[in-house]
Amino acid sequence: MNWTPDQPMVSIKNVHKAFGELEVLKGVSLDVMKGEVICIIGPSGSGKSTLIRCVNALNDIQQGSILVEGQEVNDPDLDKLELRKKVGMVFQQYNLFPHKTALENIMMAPVRVLKRDKSQTEVFARELIKKVRLQGKEDSYPGELSGGQQQRVAIARSLAMKPDIMLFDEVTAALDPETVGEVLTTIKELAEDGMTCILVTHEMGFAREVADHIYFTDGGLIVEHGPPKTFFDKAKDPRTREFLSQIL
Amino acid sequence: MARPEFKTDLPVMLAPPERRQGEPLRIKLWHGIALFGFCVLSSTYVFADDTQAPASALSVLVKWMPLLLSGFLFNIVISFCSMALGTIVGTALGLGQISLIPVVKSSSWFVTQFFRNAPWLVLLFFAMFLLPFEFDLGFVVIPFPDWVKAIIGLSLPVMANVSEVVRGAVRSLPSGQWEAAESLAYTRQQTLWLIILPQCVKRMLPPWMNLYSILTMATVLASVVGVSEVMTLTGEALAAEGGRTDLLAPFYSFVLLIFFVYCYPIARYTVYLEKKFAVKD
Ligand SMILES: Nc1ncnc2c1ncn2[C@@H]1O[C@H](COP(=O)(O)OP(=O)(O)OP(=O)(O)O)[C@@H](O)[C@H]1O
Ligand SMILES: [Mg+2]
Repeated sequence: MNWTPDQPMVSIKNVHKAFGELEVLKGVSLDVMKGEVICIIGPSGSGKSTLIRCVNALNDIQQGSILVEGQEVNDPDLDKLELRKKVGMVFQQYNLFPHKTALENIMMAPVRVLKRDKSQTEVFARELIKKVRLQGKEDSYPGELSGGQQQRVAIARSLAMKPDIMLFDEVTAALDPETVGEVLTTIKELAEDGMTCILVTHEMGFAREVADHIYFTDGGLIVEHGPPKTFFDKAKDPRTREFLSQIL
Repeated sequence: MARPEFKTDLPVMLAPPERRQGEPLRIKLWHGIALFGFCVLSSTYVFADDTQAPASALSVLVKWMPLLLSGFLFNIVISFCSMALGTIVGTALGLGQISLIPVVKSSSWFVTQFFRNAPWLVLLFFAMFLLPFEFDLGFVVIPFPDWVKAIIGLSLPVMANVSEVVRGAVRSLPSGQWEAAESLAYTRQQTLWLIILPQCVKRMLPPWMNLYSILTMATVLASVVGVSEVMTLTGEALAAEGGRTDLLAPFYSFVLLIFFVYCYPIARYTVYLEKKFAVKD
């Protein structure tokens, strides 16, 4: 059970997941090392969201194993709260708490969940706001912020928990084209700082730039994977090539 | 929007003139008061040539007004207490309905449905005749006078409706709020109290106030079980005046009027809140 950094931080093995009759994941395996950034791409409905939601136990799985820092996620006795303290997640729809200001959104979980000291958390939260370039927006409510700004608050809110791994599920898909860039920049800086990231994205240029490894899913399976250069230039599987030709 | 002018000599009904935008048909407070005045005057007029020439209906009404108003005050007290009690128990019941514990969930659901689909008057009788007139705790005896039983009886349907309002408000929040909280390691309890319910208060306010209006009007049901609220007192006053038929219209118009004056502003404010919240989210 003792995890050391030379082992994969997230190790997904032969995961099967079905919603009732519908089999969404049919045996997916992948490893993520500490500090690595991986991107999952693939057509709509291929199970990308389902897969990363399994990593922080928002979805349960029927078969297979997911180890997060050596902790088995597919375990009825799993302490979900402990797992989620280590794994941050950012959603397509931001999901900020609309009745709290940006600063409160960021501070609330560390103070209430982790019982951290309030004034120290505030200092840290303000640093995070600066990091995502939202100085001056501390006291704004989510409704007063643009989509891109809200998404950066959501990223800061996750980071405030000091997670070891961050999950991003198409976090730019709901944004105006002009604001996509500011969010991607934030994620890129995060990746450069050494954060372990699992990203689902449709931004191929971005994936190519930041990813250490790219996985292509189709029909609940990983059809092809590799480092960006090989993946984009020398894809072997016809499904991958068709997908890339459509999207690039 | 320009609109062609229709003219005809035939006896058909023309469409009413278009109202200006943002100015819906509104009943104003003075409409109600005018109606009341009309009732009183017309009834006085109808009986004006009575040979006995008794005291005019209006002056009789004025004489009884203080008593009737004090009766109405009692209606308001009943409405406040029933609302408070119903809201507290109903909120607990509503939270029970969204519980993850199956037995809590299903029993809360059953109680809610049972009391929501029962006539208010039946519930009132139910409380009147099933509750003891006092409650012996061993060391202290709590008396249950009729008006307390009426409060409990009326709070039952309020409870059931508040339960549904709570459940509806929680359900109306996007599931993303729950998921975001879950992924930040909030417990279910924390999610509910820190994130979900604060957002629900705003959504619950208009239906809750609506319910209060309905309850206030339903407090007159307590007259059926002998609580001396405004309707009971009106009946007694009329009896004391010797059952003069010319007094019926002014007296009951007056009761209608005070309910209208009390409930109508609440209804307006509810509509205002609904509009305000609809714009915001
Ligand atoms: N909670 C659920 N209940 C039932 N079916 C679900 C549920 N969540 C997802 N699905 C189904 O699982 C399949 C995979 O969904 P998923 O959201 O993982 O796809 P995706 O690859 O993320 O697609 P997209 O690019 O559109 O986000 C879809 O067919 C979807 O309808
Ligand atoms: Mg998805």
